Amino acid sequence: MKARVFVTLKPGVLDPQGKAIHHALEGLGFSGVNEVRAGKLIELDLADGTPDSDIEAMCRKLLANTVIENFRIERLETA
Amino acid sequence: MKSAVIVFPGSNCDRDLAVAVEQVTGQAPAMVWHKESALPEGIGLIAIPGGFSYGDYLRSGAMAARSPVMQAVGDAAARGVPVLGICNGFQVLTEAGLLPGALMRNAGLNFVCRSVPLRVENSQSLFTSGYEQGDIVHFPVAHHDGNYQADEATLDRLEGEGRVAFRYLGELNGSARNIAGIINDTGNVLGLMPHPERVIEPAHGGTDGGRLFEGLLETVGA
Repeated sequence: MKARVFVTLKPGVLDPQGKAIHHALEGLGFSGVNEVRAGKLIELDLADGTPDSDIEAMCRKLLANTVIENFRIERLETA
Repeated sequence: MKSAVIVFPGSNCDRDLAVAVEQVTGQAPAMVWHKESALPEGIGLIAIPGGFSYGDYLRSGAMAARSPVMQAVGDAAARGVPVLGICNGFQVLTEAGLLPGALMRNAGLNFVCRSVPLRVENSQSLFTSGYEQGDIVHFPVAHHDGNYQADEATLDRLEGEGRVAFRYLGELNGSARNIAGIINDTGNVLGLMPHPERVIEPAHGGTDGGRLFEGLLETVGA
């Protein structure tokens, strides 16, 4: 079983990397970009039956710093 | 005084810090590897050095903060043992929840590496008694992730309780309120991004950092 964890900066937290990406996109001539926020995608290959609560605990204990980041878990059920 | 310097894979200021600690305590600190689950008995100071523990993977200090030794560091901090975290050590302390807030990528995205002036905002703490309030000192900085951020309520609390120990004199890395170093709510944990251990001898170009270690020894006792 696989799961994806999306870690994103909380709204309102400044994102210097996103700003730099935004500037670079404008430099390439893409003028219609209003804002860029950079985050992380973490893919987990888990033992079958791993409960949601375990994945959430992984996020809270390590994968995200909840002072500045939010996380979202997406389970990918595989046959 | 017995002391310990915690060493993680990727620490690179551990020996400088050990030299600084030994100069004032007269006793070489125990160098404690991150896999240890206990600290030596009877230590009066724990120092967490700068560097790039675990290659700054995931977030600076994130992996180190979850290593076995940090449980013992947290227990010792709760008992009142002074804990000093410098640069990556500050990042480790925030990631471990021993200090509030977080250290993010510098606002300008640049690695900043130079000597910077700091104002001593609180000279009453365990760590800053070697200074007078308002003293301007010069410590080197060398970091990519020194942009201190916390919510407004936390920042107000830090300011109101005198827990901002050092402040940059001007904008350096995007830190909220130009905060360079903070103290925990019980007064025995200090984290700061600048490196006092790099200015302890005239040959370093300054001795401002030595006063931190000397003051610490005076308050904590030999």
